Amino acid sequence: MNFYNSNIDSDLTLIEPTLENLGDAPENLISVLQSAQEIYGYLPTDVIIHISQRMCVPVTKIIGVATFYSQFRLTPIGKYLIMLCKGTACHVNGADGIYDAISEHLGIKDNETTDDGLFTIKCVACLGCCSLSPVMMINDDTYGTLTPQKAVDILKTLAEEEKQ
Amino acid sequence: MKVVVGQGSCGIAAGALKAYDVLEQKLNKDNELDITGCIGMCYLEPIVDVYNKKELHRFVKVTPEIAEKIADAVNSGDFSLTADYEISDDDKSFLSSQTRIALRHCGVINPEKIEDYVNDNGYEAIKKCVTEMSPEQVIEEIKISGLAGRGGAGFPTWFKWNAARGSNGTEKYLICNADEGDPGAFMDRAVIESDPHTLIEGMLIGAYAIDAKQAIVYVRAEYPLAIKRLKKAIKQAKEKGFVGNNIFGSDFSCDFKIKAGAGAFVCGEETALIESLEGSRGMPRLKPPFPAQSGFLNKPSNINNVETFANVAWIIQNGGEKFAAMGTQTSKGTKVFALTGKVNKGGLVEIPMGKTLRDVIFGIGGGIRDGKKFKAVQMGGPSGGCIPESLLDTVIDYKALSATGAIMGSGGMVVMDESTCMVGMAKFFLDFTAKESCGKCTHCRIGTKRMLEVLTRITEGEGREEDIALLEELCYSIKDGALCGLGQTAPNPVLTTLKYFRDEYTDHIENKHCTAHECTKLTKYKIDPDACRGCTLCARKCPTGAITGELKSAHKIDRDVCIGCGSCMAACRFGAVEVE
Repeated sequence: MNFYNSNIDSDLTLIEPTLENLGDAPENLISVLQSAQEIYGYLPTDVIIHISQRMCVPVTKIIGVATFYSQFRLTPIGKYLIMLCKGTACHVNGADGIYDAISEHLGIKDNETTDDGLFTIKCVACLGCCSLSPVMMINDDTYGTLTPQKAVDILKTLAEEEKQ
Repeated sequence: MKVVVGQGSCGIAAGALKAYDVLEQKLNKDNELDITGCIGMCYLEPIVDVYNKKELHRFVKVTPEIAEKIADAVNSGDFSLTADYEISDDDKSFLSSQTRIALRHCGVINPEKIEDYVNDNGYEAIKKCVTEMSPEQVIEEIKISGLAGRGGAGFPTWFKWNAARGSNGTEKYLICNADEGDPGAFMDRAVIESDPHTLIEGMLIGAYAIDAKQAIVYVRAEYPLAIKRLKKAIKQAKEKGFVGNNIFGSDFSCDFKIKAGAGAFVCGEETALIESLEGSRGMPRLKPPFPAQSGFLNKPSNINNVETFANVAWIIQNGGEKFAAMGTQTSKGTKVFALTGKVNKGGLVEIPMGKTLRDVIFGIGGGIRDGKKFKAVQMGGPSGGCIPESLLDTVIDYKALSATGAIMGSGGMVVMDESTCMVGMAKFFLDFTAKESCGKCTHCRIGTKRMLEVLTRITEGEGREEDIALLEELCYSIKDGALCGLGQTAPNPVLTTLKYFRDEYTDHIENKHCTAHECTKLTKYKIDPDACRGCTLCARKCPTGAITGELKSAHKIDRDVCIGCGSCMAACRFGAVEVE
């Protein structure tokens, strides 16, 4: 995979307060990356290089960490991040059917983003709301006891709200 | 009157915030509106409790409309019109048959108010430790209690504390593992969201015992509400002087830090967790040296799980003997389980060790949903196994559960009925471990991948005669060869399903048949011409155009085009679609 993208020009001043706060200890790398992702929505190449220089941590190590943990993204995501739970309880209660339904509705697969930049699907291991399974989380809101139809309806409502 | 809305993550997902908003608008100002954490009856969420002096009215499945009626009842003091929405006697038994220690405050206090915790003897245990007890006495009390690690391995807590205490070095760390990664487990989330001060107090006692000045909580990032409430609780405890320098006027000082995990199951393994805390890829280290000798930043460190710490303050206050009086010969105290799956009443269950699985699933859990038949219960997540009906009378005890091939684990208990394919279940877990394997050792990295391939072909009807033997060989070599607990236990889901549900494997391989009808490539559907009304709904839903037929006449499925997805069966309103 090629991580380098020279066509981006992120505002590096945004990450400065975090680096001031945490940047001098290499053990804070994950916290710094979490903060960067919160600011930029993902980890842009130029931000990674900047963090590397400011923290004196090699770019290779940062890429190693960023690709190891499922939370980090090296490409931008849609406005709505759909985290579809595929934990044990959700699996037993039909999470695969929910995935098929939303994947078909949006025309994208796991880890892909719709062309209009609205939705990204990400299957995750467990959201810890097992008694409401099957569950999905869209940005910070959790939706439980889904059926394929209910899941698609939720996405339709969100898309509808966007149009207005 | 005091009105309390349960606001754990589950409650909020079920609509507790909407109910809260309605109550906030409608309640007269002389009533008090408050929140609490997870009450534990997740299947009845959202839950609203009304305290009318000493009388409790508990309302369940509260929609905004019901919330409005509750507000009217509270305002008028007349509960006769809302009686239908109150919890039934049968559901009351879900809580009354439990013994709550780790969860003692969950759903009772407001997790965001330190006063609620302090008023219930909060921070009295740490006060007792630093003013009346030596660290050795604290460790001795924990030893008497028989408390063992609730994260899964069941290692005696006092032993770990003693080892960390005995290590040389002035700088030591006490770490809480709140990286609850087992799919199907949510006990730790509930404790942090509902009673964060219990965790802080338990950790303070641990820090005092091992002589650590820094406590770190490693929480998974998927639990934003837990992180928010814990941060708030630490801030409040600092303001009150329970955290910081010279706690209760003693020489003991301890500070707290929260580190959010970034999504890696392997970080539940303690040495991988330490790597992650240090800002690296979470790859396990070789032991020894053990964390007690060389852990975080190569300093002596002690790591315990959330539920373990949640028991500590209670033990100090009530005495180790009282804790040890509950349970079996080898497993003391209580254990919290996250009961989910195809069970009638899902939620958080805390019971003394020594009860049976049947007590939990059929007693407290109320048996299987929709009148279906129990097939198995999965315990211990990807490191555990599936326990069949014949072993339902197994007692909850570390040794007894290990003897079945499953493990106590962190407490996930996922119940399965006849519609769950056990080969599919094994495949599900191997898919998980293959993805989560950190890649450091060959056996785990490649072995889990090969097992997943074999399981996948079995579920797709391509299974070979020699596959079962091949799976077993892979299982044992991964168990022997893997470096850490993730790899060593990864074969357990396969081994237990092979042990108890071998017929299903042979049925898939020899007859290309899946009794649970879950493996889509092995399932074909047909339409009963007498029941079909010709509404065309199934034909419109079919993704491959396999269904044909005229309006108002019976439809037909083309076997060769059908992919067995089951959309037609789900769509049919007349029950006309059946499995061949």
